[in-house]
Amino acid sequence: MANSQTAYTKTAITLHWLIFALIACGYTLGQYMADLPLSPMKLKYFSWHRWLGVTVFILALARVAWRATHPAPLPLPGEPKWQRTLANAGHTMLYILIITIPLSGWLHSSAAGVQTIYLDLIPLPNLLGKDKPLAKFFEEIHSILNDGLAVLVVIHTAAALKHHFVDRDVILKRMLPFLKPR
Amino acid sequence: MVRWFIPVMAASLLLPAAAIATEQNIVYDKSWITCASRQMGTLVEADFKQFIAQIDFNPSHPEAGKIQLLINTSSFEFDPEVDDEVRGPSWLDSPDFPQAHFVSSGVRALGKNRYEAPGTLTIRGTSTAVVVPFTYQPDASGNTFEGSFTISRLNYNIGVGKWRDTDIVADNVQIKFRIVASGLAAARK
Repeated sequence: MANSQTAYTKTAITLHWLIFALIACGYTLGQYMADLPLSPMKLKYFSWHRWLGVTVFILALARVAWRATHPAPLPLPGEPKWQRTLANAGHTMLYILIITIPLSGWLHSSAAGVQTIYLDLIPLPNLLGKDKPLAKFFEEIHSILNDGLAVLVVIHTAAALKHHFVDRDVILKRMLPFLKPR
Repeated sequence: MVRWFIPVMAASLLLPAAAIATEQNIVYDKSWITCASRQMGTLVEADFKQFIAQIDFNPSHPEAGKIQLLINTSSFEFDPEVDDEVRGPSWLDSPDFPQAHFVSSGVRALGKNRYEAPGTLTIRGTSTAVVVPFTYQPDASGNTFEGSFTISRLNYNIGVGKWRDTDIVADNVQIKFRIVASGLAAARK
């Protein structure tokens, strides 16, 4: 089913919130585990974090493919052009980040010489040979991209809330799972 | 007493190994020993940067072959935090057991370029019988011995205490090696 002119498909809404929930877990875990001293628990947290990342990566690719084949709802009537442009730029950045953040983590892990076995079942190929300076570099990139994502998520949320509570339009409602805007 | 005794034992092994290794021209730049272990959701491989190989091997008389490997346990290298842990008391305990060694008791030909060397592997003061399969490949740049075998880390009390849980760090550890020796066949008739 295509997105109607006023609403996102169930698939788009589901992917949006699922990816949000997984990223929230992965991000929190990532912040918490990074500076822990080495322990069996730390290895566990790193594995969970990697598995979350791989899942986000797969879902993010699916989401971009879905979006490419199912255009987003039309702009609201009377919405200023600058606002639309800014929103599109923000959404594009978010799409880029939800793909590049897991990818940078995978590159970091590969360069660190740690091969990921997804869910302890499926070995993923290392994207790079072991290379310490490169591992450090991708660790830094992973962290910077995450800071960028955190800032964008705050702006994204603030914008959605502003639409809902100040402008009182349907922008937020059309991405909520149980509310059907008309 | 025990602490004093072991380094002396190690040194007595080390000296002849060093002398013979020079004669056999082990090409250490091209040789490596690694250990790979599966840890919950990951596979990691680490190097042992310092080791001495002593190989006396003639493909015409493989049964007379002798192989000794002496590995400096403190040369375990993966990343600094892990290295400190692995060299420490729960794992290889390098201060008390600076060396791990393999001493062959013979070599058997398995056909083509494949061989195996039964012998004794000693890590952390525990010796067990192992069989090390390897291939032998002579070429212009040297004679390459390559192989891998799997050990149970808990048999040697490696990774004890809080690390004992094999759901987190698997019991099986794969040791892989490539030893390049130059002039080995040439030295023989």
